[in-house]
Amino acid sequence: MPPAWLLLPALAIGALAALPVVYLIVRALGVDAAAIGLIARPRTVELFVASVGLALTVGAGAIAIGVPLAWLTARTDLPGRRLWTIVTAVPLAIPSYVMAFAFVAAVGPRGAISDLLRQAGLSGLPSVYGFAGAAIVLTLATYPYVLLTTRTALVRSDPAIEEASRALGDGALTTFRRVTLPIIAPAIASGALLAVLYALADFGAVAILQFDSFARAIYIQYRSSFDRSLAALLALMLVAVTFAVSAIEWRIRSRRPTVRNAPRRPPRPIPLGRWRWPAVVFCATVTFFGLVIPAATIAVWLTRGLGQGEPVSALIDSGANSVIAGSLAALVAAVLALPVAFLLVRHPGRFTAWIESLVYSAYAVPGIVLALATVFFVLNVAPVAYQTLFVLVLAYAVRFLPQAIGPARTSLGQVSSGLVEAARTLGDNPAGAFRSITLPLLRPGIVAGLALVFLTTVKELPLTLLLGPTGFETLATQIWGAATEGFYARAAVPAALLMLLSAVTVGVLFRAEEPVA
Amino acid sequence: MRSLVAPLALVVALTGVLAACSAAPPTSITVYSGRSEALVGPLIERFETQTGIQAEVRYGSTSELAALILEEGANTPADVYFAQDAGALGAVAAAGHLRTLPSESLNRVPERFRSPDSQWVGLSGRARVLVYDSRELTAEELPASIEALTDPAWSGRLGWAPTNGSFQAFVTAFRLLKGDAAARAWLEGIQANDPVRYDENGLIVQAVADGEIDAGFVNHYYMLQAQAEQGADFPVRNHFFGAADPGALVNAAGAGILTPTDAEASARRFIEFMLSNESQAYFATETFEYPLVSGVAGPEGLPALDQIQSPDLDLSDLSDLQATLTMLNETGVLP
Repeated sequence: MPPAWLLLPALAIGALAALPVVYLIVRALGVDAAAIGLIARPRTVELFVASVGLALTVGAGAIAIGVPLAWLTARTDLPGRRLWTIVTAVPLAIPSYVMAFAFVAAVGPRGAISDLLRQAGLSGLPSVYGFAGAAIVLTLATYPYVLLTTRTALVRSDPAIEEASRALGDGALTTFRRVTLPIIAPAIASGALLAVLYALADFGAVAILQFDSFARAIYIQYRSSFDRSLAALLALMLVAVTFAVSAIEWRIRSRRPTVRNAPRRPPRPIPLGRWRWPAVVFCATVTFFGLVIPAATIAVWLTRGLGQGEPVSALIDSGANSVIAGSLAALVAAVLALPVAFLLVRHPGRFTAWIESLVYSAYAVPGIVLALATVFFVLNVAPVAYQTLFVLVLAYAVRFLPQAIGPARTSLGQVSSGLVEAARTLGDNPAGAFRSITLPLLRPGIVAGLALVFLTTVKELPLTLLLGPTGFETLATQIWGAATEGFYARAAVPAALLMLLSAVTVGVLFRAEEPVA
Repeated sequence: MRSLVAPLALVVALTGVLAACSAAPPTSITVYSGRSEALVGPLIERFETQTGIQAEVRYGSTSELAALILEEGANTPADVYFAQDAGALGAVAAAGHLRTLPSESLNRVPERFRSPDSQWVGLSGRARVLVYDSRELTAEELPASIEALTDPAWSGRLGWAPTNGSFQAFVTAFRLLKGDAAARAWLEGIQANDPVRYDENGLIVQAVADGEIDAGFVNHYYMLQAQAEQGADFPVRNHFFGAADPGALVNAAGAGILTPTDAEASARRFIEFMLSNESQAYFATETFEYPLVSGVAGPEGLPALDQIQSPDLDLSDLSDLQATLTMLNETGVLP
């Protein structure tokens, strides 16, 4: 049994994360028996299977892009490493519907790239609509989760083992497969879990790309029927998937022993040799689709309507609100993530698995579910706090908590408990040992978690719209407000600002993360 | 030194509170607006300057705000619900969350654009149309009835947005006017023509402009907005259906006052303001919607509101969405 100082906060966090599930059960109990026929039909099962298929594909795609990027930017002499580190992480802050829209504008039936290909005499890009398009766009939107968690593991693992492997004659690939991969596997799994659950909950991108997903069906129920009971019933099925997926991840993780060792020095970059330029081409391709295409689309919007823009003061206000809300959410999530990460790493077991599943379920339900659950509980328990920044930040933190937990647990898995015991033996009290040993070693994980939560929060919509203080505007709400009316020109400035802000934030955070030599 | 901190903090806090009180305008109201800031923000600012009443606005989608109001119940901080379509107002009214409006406001608009129980009033009109590619089609080639578009000649050429509230309201109107069987037959007929599905009306208009499709079902003002943004050579035009066709439905954006309000007088002023000639003219020129108050000119270049042969229908009944949703699900139009 975990000690009380861990158990109590973990229970409190688990209870917070359980609120949407409890709310859904309360609502689902009110369902009209006659209406159940509407969702108890083969189509529901079809949607369900298709959504799970999409989510798993996105997870695999995110690994295929995220892991090589992480290794290249953390371990090798890739030309322009710093730059690639930043630009490959920025797509995280682009709202997935903007990404989807840009994708259609570029490679859709009348897209800019499709036109170029047609002029070159090449006809027929495959259709961007449906499963393939949704899988590509969501992969581009979520690979940074795998990239950032994996990078965290690489930055903190001891390069000496890998160097030993190479000294013994193994090539770079063999070394990666036999030495590096087992060390970073848990990190990859937790990053991929974030990607999979994100894909499961997304409805912005799938709507534009015309893929019928389960989350979209839930959203349509809320949007069209004013019947919250049926929607709740559907959402509970999504919660069940979350529990199943996190159980699978739990098994992957528990089968692999974690190598615990802190690096004694920064790694020597691995020379890429003749793979230098193919590696650059890889990074450039990912950047092209994940960042350049959305940025170019926004630029086109800009040129169409410069001068019809929002007043600058409104932009400054909403930019400031985005930064404030994003930073607070990141900080709160980082603090809440610590006890859970400790529990996950140091006290695995049935109780821990439950807490983990609950925490991840709050991340995988559609945003409107968490928003309405929060309304329900806050009005019943603490009406004074209703529609305050405090509740909004707390809701953000609960929703995106898994993004802070993922990297934190990865880092913690690499802190040898022997080191902490040594500090205790040498006379440090527990708090002192935590401060002098654990915290510095945890830093890359915490920094990566801060980045993930910040970047996801600044593009968040449903919670912001329904739970924020009345009149509270962020860059994301400005983009949404303009884009839903078809005023793409007006959406361009806040969208450009959001991307710039994200790039700067990622840059600052990674500077803080660079290991001190 | 330390003993001074607490009293000082108290003084600072009190000064802040007093300053806030003396600076506060006479009253303020909270508006839940399903209409976006881009469209109605400037109008609400005018309301504030002219009345001295401060309007705190929460923007969101009409239906999500309806769900929020249903969830909040008696605890809602909102005084006014400003919705994009009559169906959502009907749903909130049916749950008992709207107050009776004064007849001076109600009587400003024709009977068909207000709640029969006086619980909401229409503020602007939105006509259903077919947008078409003027490079491919002429107005004469387009049918007077929306039912003619089930002809296989339209195969692969149409676009629609089945998740859109306005579209669903139109299907509801179809059901109420012509019966469920006819509505189902129409949906299946269009479905057989492999329409391209979009999530938003704006995307349909853009797809017509891009030549992706030839025509699509939308509200009348999307094309006018796109034209204003992209110039007069924008190739998309509106086609209005004829003689009481369900395709010629004119829906209303409107507002109602929430039951728990403690600022009813100010909330009424908000609605009066939106029904003033000045605001009605704003809808015509800025959002390209139809003013509902008689005597105010409609958007330029469009047939007048009373020339659209709109079907006779109680717009409150458009809240009967569950049956429409079931039909859209069963015909495979919606996932």
